[in-house]
Amino acid sequence: MRLRFWFVMPTWVWMTGLFGAPLAIVFGYSFLTRGYYGGVAKPWTLENYQRLFDPLYATILLRSFIMAFAATGLCLLLAFPAALFISRSVKHKNLYLQLVMLPFWTSFLVRTYAWLFLLRDTGLINTALQKLGIIHSPLPLLYNDGAVLLGLVYAYLPFMVLPIYATLERLDPSLPEAAADLGARPWATLLRVIVPLARPGIIAGAVLVFIPCLGAFLTPDLLGGGRTVLVGNLVQNQFTTGRDWPFGSAVSALLMLLVTLLVWEFLRRETEHLS
Amino acid sequence: MKPILEMRELVKDYPGHRALAGISLSIPQGSFFSLLGPSGCGKTTTLRLVAGFEEPTSGDVLINGEVVNRRKPYERNVSTVFQSYALFPHLSARGNIEFGLRRHGVTEIDSRVEDAIRLVGLIGKEARRPVELSGGERQRVALARSLILAPDVLLLDEPLAALDPKLRKQMRTELKAMQRRVGITFLLVTHDQEEALSMSDQLAVMTEGRIEQIGSPQEVYLHPRTKFVAGFLGAVNWIAGVGIRPEALRLAREAQNHGAKSFPAMVTDLVFLGDCFQVVVRLNSGEEAVAQVHRSSMVFHPGQNVHLCWNPADEITVL
Amino acid sequence: MKRWLAVYAVGFLAFLHLPLLTLAVFSFNSSRFTVWEHFSLEWYRAIFRDPQLMEATWNSIIIAVCATLISTVVGTLCAYGLWKRGSRVLMGTLYLSLVTPEIVTGISLLALFQWIFRWLHWHLGLYTVILAHVAFSIAYVVIVVSARLRTLSRSLEEAAMDLGANEWGAFCYVILPALAPGIVAGALLALTVSFDDYVITSMVAGVDSETLPMVIYAMARRGASPVINAISALVTVFIGILILIFERVREA
Repeated sequence: MRLRFWFVMPTWVWMTGLFGAPLAIVFGYSFLTRGYYGGVAKPWTLENYQRLFDPLYATILLRSFIMAFAATGLCLLLAFPAALFISRSVKHKNLYLQLVMLPFWTSFLVRTYAWLFLLRDTGLINTALQKLGIIHSPLPLLYNDGAVLLGLVYAYLPFMVLPIYATLERLDPSLPEAAADLGARPWATLLRVIVPLARPGIIAGAVLVFIPCLGAFLTPDLLGGGRTVLVGNLVQNQFTTGRDWPFGSAVSALLMLLVTLLVWEFLRRETEHLS
Repeated sequence: MKPILEMRELVKDYPGHRALAGISLSIPQGSFFSLLGPSGCGKTTTLRLVAGFEEPTSGDVLINGEVVNRRKPYERNVSTVFQSYALFPHLSARGNIEFGLRRHGVTEIDSRVEDAIRLVGLIGKEARRPVELSGGERQRVALARSLILAPDVLLLDEPLAALDPKLRKQMRTELKAMQRRVGITFLLVTHDQEEALSMSDQLAVMTEGRIEQIGSPQEVYLHPRTKFVAGFLGAVNWIAGVGIRPEALRLAREAQNHGAKSFPAMVTDLVFLGDCFQVVVRLNSGEEAVAQVHRSSMVFHPGQNVHLCWNPADEITVL
Repeated sequence: MKRWLAVYAVGFLAFLHLPLLTLAVFSFNSSRFTVWEHFSLEWYRAIFRDPQLMEATWNSIIIAVCATLISTVVGTLCAYGLWKRGSRVLMGTLYLSLVTPEIVTGISLLALFQWIFRWLHWHLGLYTVILAHVAFSIAYVVIVVSARLRTLSRSLEEAAMDLGANEWGAFCYVILPALAPGIVAGALLALTVSFDDYVITSMVAGVDSETLPMVIYAMARRGASPVINAISALVTVFIGILILIFERVREA
């Protein structure tokens, strides 16, 4: 019926015009050359993509991957026990879930700034350690890879808790009992029965954390202080101070390709798993 | 001979109600023992106390003469076949079966696993995941998984409930034969009296957290000690001050002597069940009884006057 | 093991909440440094005395309200249309918009606007920000409203039409009222996401259309300051209230 068409039409227009078209333009720009006063100009070239293989930029890409992996891995280690605890609690499940999600609902900027406040030389941690006499001059906790990693983990931890919790919730309670009955001590039950069965949740959580971490900009920018340059920072740089839109476009195109591949692969596995 | 499993005055309280009010049981090694009772009678609770999933409020559980109240499930040498089988979905049948052996650190498992697979008749299917197996096959995996550990007692929680009726009858004979073959003590929990009667060496009838009677199937069926046991094990007619089972009643044209009791009665209803008739009669006293009679030359119809007879030896006298 | 898990859970929640609580506590500290002097509201007063901050906040509100209104309407209609007949391409596009890194969305929109401005001689301003915000908010609204739609029975519409309403009438008089909590929830989510956005906004905002996140970012880049603590506390409370309402409405 034609009415249905009009319902979805505004969204089609908006998505095409303000999501699809911009990405297409960026893709086109990636084949152009930087203009004299910024912006883009002909000739068409593949040079931007070739530059991606330059060790300088390849390193940035590699470090972004490693950072995203590390953040995802840490989130997994930290989130799993929390999800396990919530799934096993009898009375206040919803309360715990809300408590876990609450920080996520505050401003991302504020959450990132909080660590800036805590980690800086005159921040809470350094001040406390100095007052206790453990150290005499402030530790450089901020403006390094560690701070960025901490910021990323802190920001995306709830994304890992929820999917794992959802899977553990649906776990048949007689399965851990059967494992104990057959001689498995608590650790063995956890590692050999519970974790394998939580795999769908773990993978979902990993995807939900890895992808934003890969394209992160704000966290490395604020907490890395210019020393930690990841892909997101590189892109932003090329479009502002760097004034090399074509190259920035090429990097963006690569990032989009990676993200799309990851999501595709994940969705493919999900539907395969369900059928 | 020392009993393999003993329960002494087991009490289990939950907030708000008492599930077990003092259970005492002594089960000899190598026997097939059943706990029979309606839902909520405490039979599953008893099983869980033996397995170690719960601790008794008071009383003792002894396995092989040792008190095991405080021991965790993985510290006891008993194994449970769950009602839902609780097979690990991420492992194959073989993976499930060898799970317990691996947890116990046994190294040479292959031959034992092969024997277990052969015992339950699953050769050729051991690589399949539980989701690829039928209900009956899953039960076999559950059995193999537990039996391979050679437990002192095998606990079975309503193992046949999830199977369809035809398969149930077949599995009854198989389970009984398996138990005889391996010689392990089986403790089975069920609400189905046919199951308990056909498989057990001994059974205990439970209700409301207490044991009403313990005995062999024949003893409990033919000589129940309470009205509850009599009624739970089968149909009973309570007439003329005694209890008498429908299949022990006979209908005759004339009064019988020769030591049989005989009462005049009138046929009020007739139900054809295929292999037999259920005939409802009313005595002159007004009491009603149901008699189970085989197809015979005698044809009954409502309104017919007959004599209801039985052998006094078949009477059930309860406390 | 249960005891260890409980201990861990407490530590976990502390890790999640303490940084924000610390921020809030020290926003009341009269000293600039992380040594407690005495309770003071001067940083809060400083917020209201700063014209740049006030203007930025006002801009953020305008943008958020406008973007929310548009994206809620567009998103609700879309959710309904998809409920009647799904479109994998559209759903895929919406999901893709959620998954795309913000920096890529930001620069691509910048590229689009600059390309258009070559012909139209316009400039970046509040309106470009609003357009951008709608673009990334639609997906959120569609997801929330779709979830609500799935709880509705399809025969509702048929009953309405059976009683004489046409398609549009069925939508207005039957579906929309039933959907109301979901729509409100979607709107609140869009409001929150829009108010908080920095990355995309910074790329497409004009010189005179600074938003609150942009000001906070600029201040944070210069180093920590108690004023930011105070702003953060206020923003957190504000968004927290929005989310509380969101949760209540969603469950209604």
